[in-house]
Amino acid sequence: MEFGPHLMLAVLEGAVTAAVLALMASGLSLVFGVMRVVNVAHGQFFMLGAVLAWAVSSAVSSALGGGAFGFVAAVLLAPVIAGALAVAADLTVLKRVGYDPERTIVATIGLLYILQQAALMTYGPEARPVAPPFNDRLALPWVAFGPEGPRLIWPWGLSITSYKLFVMGAAAAVLAGLWALMTRTGIGLVMRATQLDRETAQAFGIPVERVYAGVFGLGAALAALAGVLIVPIQQAHYLMGGDALLLSFIVVIIGGLGSLGGTVIAALLIGLSDGIVSVFFSPTLAKILATLLVALVLVFRPEGLRGKAAR
Amino acid sequence: MPVTKTDAAPRSPARRSAIKTLAAAAAGTASLPLWARYAGAESAAPIRIGFQMHATGIGAAYGRWYDRTTRAALRLINEAGGINGRPVELVTEDDGTDPKRGAEVVEKFASLHRCDVGYGTLFSHVVMGSAPRAGELKLPYFVVSEGHHVASGALNRWTLQPGITDVKSQVLAMAPFVRENLGRKVTMIFPDYAFGHDHRDFFSEAIEAQGGEVVAKLAIPPTETSFTKYFAKIPRETEVIYHVMVGPSVLTFVKEMGEFFGPSRPEIFGFIDSLESVDLQSPGLDFLEGTYFWEGMPRYVQPDQTEFDRHYRAAIGIDENGALAADPSDVSAYAHMFGCWETLYVIKAGMEACGYRGPDDRAALVEAVEAMTEMPLSNEHPQGAKLFNGRTHQVFGPQYISKVENGRLVVQAETPIEAGFYPDEVDYTTQSL
Repeated sequence: MEFGPHLMLAVLEGAVTAAVLALMASGLSLVFGVMRVVNVAHGQFFMLGAVLAWAVSSAVSSALGGGAFGFVAAVLLAPVIAGALAVAADLTVLKRVGYDPERTIVATIGLLYILQQAALMTYGPEARPVAPPFNDRLALPWVAFGPEGPRLIWPWGLSITSYKLFVMGAAAAVLAGLWALMTRTGIGLVMRATQLDRETAQAFGIPVERVYAGVFGLGAALAALAGVLIVPIQQAHYLMGGDALLLSFIVVIIGGLGSLGGTVIAALLIGLSDGIVSVFFSPTLAKILATLLVALVLVFRPEGLRGKAAR
Repeated sequence: MPVTKTDAAPRSPARRSAIKTLAAAAAGTASLPLWARYAGAESAAPIRIGFQMHATGIGAAYGRWYDRTTRAALRLINEAGGINGRPVELVTEDDGTDPKRGAEVVEKFASLHRCDVGYGTLFSHVVMGSAPRAGELKLPYFVVSEGHHVASGALNRWTLQPGITDVKSQVLAMAPFVRENLGRKVTMIFPDYAFGHDHRDFFSEAIEAQGGEVVAKLAIPPTETSFTKYFAKIPRETEVIYHVMVGPSVLTFVKEMGEFFGPSRPEIFGFIDSLESVDLQSPGLDFLEGTYFWEGMPRYVQPDQTEFDRHYRAAIGIDENGALAADPSDVSAYAHMFGCWETLYVIKAGMEACGYRGPDDRAALVEAVEAMTEMPLSNEHPQGAKLFNGRTHQVFGPQYISKVENGRLVVQAETPIEAGFYPDEVDYTTQSL
């Protein structure tokens, strides 16, 4: 394939990665921003979303006979179930350890293994697919400059599927909704107040513990939604949360913990560079660069691209 | 558990004494069946086979089927009177598909569980990590891995692969078919580690010997989850795509390959490893219609099914589509798991040949297996007749080439044993035991 179309393909593939990553990392970032705790089990909620998507869609498809119903039901139900589970984990575990940062890390590591092994024991070790609601292959044109001036060509293999476009659109819409929730609603105001100063917020009558439980659930639901969106492309597998967590951490550190805008920028940066570098150089180099970027950010701008310095 | 009900319960159940009582009770009940059954009859004690199982980690889908096959074979062996009149017992340890844990598991088999042999490892990096320890502990180690590492001479005299052919032999047998029926210019897509490199090296060599040419080699990292970006590197002149992928992302790989090529695909030849344990009816796999696969053993029942294949399927409980009869969505690792079955029967034959009595006879067992040659098509060897090479510790057998027709794999050709022969690269029998 020629360089131009090849680059375009790499960018498109990178954009899909970036969209899913942004969704997932924004959940992690939200939890850290408001609660100041690191949720190591975040990747498992991503896995849980994918696994639940499979369970819900296969149950609905067998009841209603296929079609897009299964996927729609999965989009609606899986994040809710994962979120409810996270709320339960918050109330029964994190609240008990008093949201102490170190103990929370250990507790969420435990949660990670419980969720992962529970998935292995119930769902099993196979990778299972979910049928996308629509999946048309769209061949893409490219402008070639020949002796007669520019003209449109249709390079071999340059294409994307309608579902991948939908994933990008859906992620953008959800992130816009999240931004509106945080900045334009009462719930967002309460969250931001808790983030700024927990004790003062409590003094003003904000039910901080309920806010924490809600935020933890919302973060998990965002990860689960990312899992639901990716599963028609990638299949659900009980180990899929590991790499996803690592990439989310990279994104959140680069973007600045607790900053939604920074998270989106960093997700685009990492997703696109991963797509482009791994195509034109090597996939290992893409990982090296991402890790190097994290190191540089930590050294020169510890608060991240858009994060606010610790007070 | 009658012991826990005795009057040994302390009147004031102080915590420490309560625990002591419980421990004593547990120890008593645990040891009871053993000495009750075998006191004074050591020769009737069970033969213990240590099963190194990929129960978790990336090999878990295979591990589950290796387990089911192993249990079915052992059930039959025990029903037929065991080995040398002794029952056979399975000791299963999970290695997490991890080389380091693999070596620990081998050590537990030898030292803690007092197993007679270690057995059942699939993933090549786990075999590479575990085999040296088995050699040091002088534990016969029967792998079911299809890697070339045994016959290459990289391992040791205690490691044997008598139940499944190796990659080099499989690839040699496939190359003529690819060249004659599919095309001359091949692009290879393979995972970027030992297993994939075996394919890359041996197939390039084999197809060149047939007058073909590998025009591109695409190595994909084993953890990759999205593949379209790699497909763009496939040269336009490619006539045949040769793919072999393993791990949880294989379905994505095949699906994205279909989306990439759309209606104008080249010929495609794959190793079924890319879709082992995956239902061919899965969404997105319809584009595989008309493509070719290597199969170690045909997943779908063929018109010329042997009585041995029927016996083997029935024993494990597999239907004619290669899925669990009780749950047709649970598709087996049919192209590989016969290796477990056949290996267990080789262990049995070896132990019977050397009059195996206990761990002191382990060296004699290795020598007895090395002395084996022909293994006829039978209930013990349902995949096909085989020839064992005692010098390289590797078995040779037939291979199958199938085409996807109406969502089923239909066998097009069965290659003879000789098609997979290559000169010996090692003589393990010269090493000391």
